[in-house]
Amino acid sequence: MDETVAEYIRRTVLKIPRDEMKTVLQAWGFLSEAQLQTLNFHQTKDKISQEVVQLCEDNSADIKQAAVLDIIYNHVYPNKRMWSVYQMSKSEEEMDFFDLTDFKKKIKRRLQTALKNVTINFREYEDNAIWIRIAWGTPYKKPNQYKTSYVVYHSQTPYVFISASVIRSTLPLLCQALVVASNYHDIREMELRSHCLNSLKDIVFKRYSQTFQTYYPRPLQERNVTSENVDLRIIQENKNEKERILRVNREVFGDGPQPKLEFAQYKLETMFKSNPMLDVSDIKEPFRCLVKFSSPHLLESLKSLAPAGLADAPLSPLLTCIPQKRRNYFKVKERKGFFPESFVSP
Amino acid sequence: HLATSLPLSSERDNLRPRIDLIVFIIDIKSKYSLKNVEASLAHVDASFFLGKVCFLVTGVGRVNYCSIETNAIWKLRDIYCSPMLYCELELEGIRVATAQRLLRMLQICAGHIPGVSALSFGSLMRSSEDE
Repeated sequence: MDETVAEYIRRTVLKIPRDEMKTVLQAWGFLSEAQLQTLNFHQTKDKISQEVVQLCEDNSADIKQAAVLDIIYNHVYPNKRMWSVYQMSKSEEEMDFFDLTDFKKKIKRRLQTALKNVTINFREYEDNAIWIRIAWGTPYKKPNQYKTSYVVYHSQTPYVFISASVIRSTLPLLCQALVVASNYHDIREMELRSHCLNSLKDIVFKRYSQTFQTYYPRPLQERNVTSENVDLRIIQENKNEKERILRVNREVFGDGPQPKLEFAQYKLETMFKSNPMLDVSDIKEPFRCLVKFSSPHLLESLKSLAPAGLADAPLSPLLTCIPQKRRNYFKVKERKGFFPESFVSP
Repeated sequence: HLATSLPLSSERDNLRPRIDLIVFIIDIKSKYSLKNVEASLAHVDASFFLGKVCFLVTGVGRVNYCSIETNAIWKLRDIYCSPMLYCELELEGIRVATAQRLLRMLQICAGHIPGVSALSFGSLMRSSEDE
């Protein structure tokens, strides 16, 4: 077995948390059940990974199997990478029958013609997701297995989720290959990025609980009195306001869990509006500034702002439109007289 | 009675007992909190400021998350001539101790402690702070 392959397998195994190692190796399926039984998962990860490499040596693993292990690792732990969403489009509305074999062939051909040395692996999952792993090389260098791109494509949709490698120059080639192989005309990057792949899918496929505009006021639901508010000696003077805030919040965010995003970025190109007393009114250029909100779970924290008393309800639509508009990067331009919204898509 | 801001809604006036002490809670981590308190103070009748108003500044344990200048809150204390207490609500010990202090103040303001009036207690608190 190639030394680089052995090292790559060893490093990939080391990334897996010890409790999950057996499950991931079983999903890999390269080592037999009997071989897995011989592994002692109670020793240090270092020792386990070395034993795994030894078994792979016995089975003569090559780069293809190592790549499959890597795809499985990234499928189980996708949140370690940053994912961007791309949307493909075509002029005719006809739905071509999707041929998986043809798709894979075209991708391979496209990438291998451009760069002789690439490692390409595919893996299909039950939810119609096709995972593609690409390790990039050049016509003169072997592929670098540590600088990989991952693509998740749901063949029934025009959306592609890409976790690009650090080699930025490979991205256009990858996009081109995807468009050609899937019979689309065009691909564009949506302004939506996050570490949480499932949340990106939820937003793009509209799988989170959305709110619906109702024109009839919903009756206030009688909730069971929760144990925390049972002390009758405490009287809330602003009960109506609190209930209004909860109701407005519910209308904006819905009832279910929010998709997980880590940040929202707003590029402002608006005129500086200041106190007329300050002498900055003669600035004719738009004020340029970048505002970035970050949080372990941005949408949940926005949802909890008004009930916590930290912001007025309803929140600014610039913040609440994130899942509906399917973007977390915005350019905010000056409001022109005719349009009700002050932000323009780039 | 807990309220998020003043003035209180007038529709409940007849249900409310006499108000003996108003405690304004300022969260040092939130500028919004200070602004809200400043706006609410304008709705308080002047007679309350003779010992029946107190400021409670919370969140003082987390120095890194301070959003309000200490000068701003001291200014509030001086302008309104009312005592200012500091506490950290997240620690049970301090929470309980602060509650006991407030309860004691309330007893005085309600006239339950003979020989001590709200006004005299208020000036006692103030003079000890100036040291």
